[in-house]
Amino acid sequence: MTEQNLPEERRDADRAERVFATKSGMWSRGSGDTSGYNGLVRELAMPGKSGAPFEDAAADAIHDRAVDVLPKFKGYRMLFHAGELTVYVPREDLREVVRTLRDDPYLRFEVIMSISGVHYPQEVGAELHAVYHLLSYTYNRRLRLEVTCPDDDRHIPSVVETYPMADYDERETWDMFGIIFDGHPSLTRILMPDDWAGHPQRKDYPLGGIDVEYKGATIPAPDTRRSYS
Amino acid sequence: MSQQDVYSQPEEKPADHVYFPQGGDWEDIVSEHAGSGDETIVINMGPSHPSTHGVLRLMLEMEGETVTSIRPGIGFLHTGIEKNIEFKTWTQAVTYVTRMDYVAPLFNEAVYCMAVEKLLGITDQIPERARIIRVLVMELNRIASHLVAMGTGALEIGSTTVMSIAFREREMILDFLEALTGLRMNHAFIRPGGVANDLPEGGLDHLRDVIKWLHKHLPEYAGFCNENPIFLARMKDIAVVDLSGAMMLGMTGPRLRGTGYDWDLRKTQPYCDYETYDFDVVSWEGDDAYAAFRIRQAECWESLKIVEQCLERLEKTQGQPVMVADKKIAWPAQLSLGPDGQGNSNEHIKHIMTGSMEALIHHFKLVTEGFDVPVGQAYMAIESPKGELGCHVVSDGGPKPYRVHVRDPGFHHIQSIPYMCEGGMMSDVVVALASIDPVLGGVDR
Repeated sequence: MTEQNLPEERRDADRAERVFATKSGMWSRGSGDTSGYNGLVRELAMPGKSGAPFEDAAADAIHDRAVDVLPKFKGYRMLFHAGELTVYVPREDLREVVRTLRDDPYLRFEVIMSISGVHYPQEVGAELHAVYHLLSYTYNRRLRLEVTCPDDDRHIPSVVETYPMADYDERETWDMFGIIFDGHPSLTRILMPDDWAGHPQRKDYPLGGIDVEYKGATIPAPDTRRSYS
Repeated sequence: MSQQDVYSQPEEKPADHVYFPQGGDWEDIVSEHAGSGDETIVINMGPSHPSTHGVLRLMLEMEGETVTSIRPGIGFLHTGIEKNIEFKTWTQAVTYVTRMDYVAPLFNEAVYCMAVEKLLGITDQIPERARIIRVLVMELNRIASHLVAMGTGALEIGSTTVMSIAFREREMILDFLEALTGLRMNHAFIRPGGVANDLPEGGLDHLRDVIKWLHKHLPEYAGFCNENPIFLARMKDIAVVDLSGAMMLGMTGPRLRGTGYDWDLRKTQPYCDYETYDFDVVSWEGDDAYAAFRIRQAECWESLKIVEQCLERLEKTQGQPVMVADKKIAWPAQLSLGPDGQGNSNEHIKHIMTGSMEALIHHFKLVTEGFDVPVGQAYMAIESPKGELGCHVVSDGGPKPYRVHVRDPGFHHIQSIPYMCEGGMMSDVVVALASIDPVLGGVDR
């Protein structure tokens, strides 16, 4: 298949880095190629517009100001989709970026509303993502930061010193995904018991993979009883 | 109760005191501490203490009556909802998220469905009547949730009357929700694309009765509480958090508005047409538990105002659809309620079983496999009774969510307990806890 025959979305220059997984199987799931000629391989890529201007007042204002005060912001990957701006921040820059976003008078992202981990097992070298949702009360704007780390070096700097409200979120993300937030004041498990082995929301952790023990009898874990595909 | 340190590992130095949750004989504890000169007492509140709103554990260190250190322990109600959802279809997941914050279940459903709709790109296609019904059930649910917050909060400072009248009013609201959705709680009523059902026959009359009832009984709370000297003594200047403290701790909802800041997502980032409803954002200068209490009380009235406007709009839009027109997404709506609170859509069954083979295949595919949501991620936030309720949804283009994370306001509010309680009296701990109104089902998810 030559380059110009590809559908438009596939010709994006940065498509390679947007793809987070590849799927193959019997069903095309809307790929257009229902013949099976292409092996029905489907690349899953994050959608959105990747470069400024984003044609959205808030997103452009955030982008322009951030580039002004922090020139390296320009080099970061960005995606604008469904009215939301995502900035992929390299983990070594995270502390500097969040401090600028909070303290700059024209950005003023006062709070991190939520941090959620996402596990993309197929994205080699960036399997684990921490997704930060920032809110600026002053300007009534939201921004999403996404920070990745490889599975064999699960370290991301903690943002608690800038955003104290991120304390529990980081503990939860550590608990559920095993991301170690360096510099967190007390990174302990929060939802699972302290002596739990494993991080349950990772994709390689089975659903219900725990045997049930009651009065000496053991019932096998649900995932070994039957499968829902 | 000091005993041999059974928790120390073989190579560790045993601790000189070990405390067990089952406690011990009071005489033994007192006599043991009599000679030590150590005034610090460690107290364990919970996990199942009536005033901890679920199963929250608080570990307190006390000097006499003063709390010197308090640490919340959560996770006792962790049921892995976010993990479970990844194995269910987008529509089935509603049944799970509704069980998070079970005092305000309709908000969980609404925020999740709106996040999914954002990814589907159908936010503008949700029928008007579905949006009105969503606002109606959310505002009724807000009143019910605030009543629980006020009632249990009052019970914690010894007022059983407020508790019993709050649950009386709440029951009226739950009766209406039961008539509409089939269940008192955990409704699974708001679905991606709309709502599961239109109002039942006589639903508007039922709603008018509820509004009338609330108009009659909501003033009682102000009468019982607002100038009550016990309320004022127990709540004024207790659990103080000012605006910068509230922002630092990620506090939202009544506690944030209790610092005088009128931030309400219904006004600042409107959804479901909230910008077309006439209501005011309630804020209160006070920074304390009493401010949060007064805000909840006043918000019940604002919600009632919105409910009345919903009633007018529902009268005008009778017979309009409550589910999105796209048949690839719309699950069968217009279910009929059986005596057990469950039921099928008889028209739909007639159509697929006797009318059209293709419709049957389509129904089967939609209900068993589900619909696909395009690849991407979205964050949606709404104003729940407790504060900002957010939902981060990631899709890999399949019929099941790739990742769903719910930002529950209670989870972030629990962080503020040491800030509010340390240095205060032990009796103020329960007041501080009531002022943030956490529901542990939502906190632990």
